[in-house]
Amino acid sequence: MKKKWYDNLWIVSLTYLVLGFFNILFAWLGLLCFFIPLIIAIAGGNKAYCNRYCGRGQLFGLLGGRFGLSRRKDIPKWMKSKFFRYGFLVFFLTMFLLMLWNTYLVFAGVRELRQVVTLLWTFKLPWQWAYHGTLFHPGAAQFAFGFYSVMLTSTVLGLITMVLFKPRSWCVYCPMGTMTQLICRAKNGAP
Amino acid sequence: MEPVLRKTRKAFVDQTSCVACGCCVKVCPLSAIQVVRGVAAQVNTQKCVGCGKCARECPATVITIQEAAV
Repeated sequence: MKKKWYDNLWIVSLTYLVLGFFNILFAWLGLLCFFIPLIIAIAGGNKAYCNRYCGRGQLFGLLGGRFGLSRRKDIPKWMKSKFFRYGFLVFFLTMFLLMLWNTYLVFAGVRELRQVVTLLWTFKLPWQWAYHGTLFHPGAAQFAFGFYSVMLTSTVLGLITMVLFKPRSWCVYCPMGTMTQLICRAKNGAP
Repeated sequence: MEPVLRKTRKAFVDQTSCVACGCCVKVCPLSAIQVVRGVAAQVNTQKCVGCGKCARECPATVITIQEAAV
């Protein structure tokens, strides 16, 4: 099959992750991974983002597939159940709102900027070396730290399930994928 | 005389469990599988030869290769 330009979007995803190690403010670019799939699902009623443009999925496909870093075992049944997928979506969104609340507190001047990246919602990694001040409010940096935490956490989870199961196991429980599928279901009147 | 039923192998998608990620679409050498309206993958049984590439690729393992009467 002929390679298309969008088959190389894994480079963008990889660059994004690397940039976060140098200047945390690049984390803002990650919003594209949130808005583009939603816009495509709402306006187009399809999952073209997952199907074609998702660089993260391509990255897992490449590492687990061509680089052979995946055991290629079947994912456990519970992980593909609706209960887990919707549950993970709710959990993910709740943690996202919590992150937005923490950002608000910094904007409101109630809390100081914390230069940490929280991995797996638990482990606080010092990340001050990627912060060199901002032209904007410290709150903008707090959002960047929080958002990068979300992106790094999902990458780590995706890498773990990539190794344990099939390369793109992350796609099974990816909150964005679940959300866009729900939108498509509602929009297209599917059960 | 009864018509002769020829049995061939085809891919079948468990549409209720499909996550519509599109991994199957990328590997199908005959473009016989499509994600329809972002809901689930659908096999074009006219094109499918049951090679099983999609079933191996599917991260949710919801595609099976079954014998089908054509």
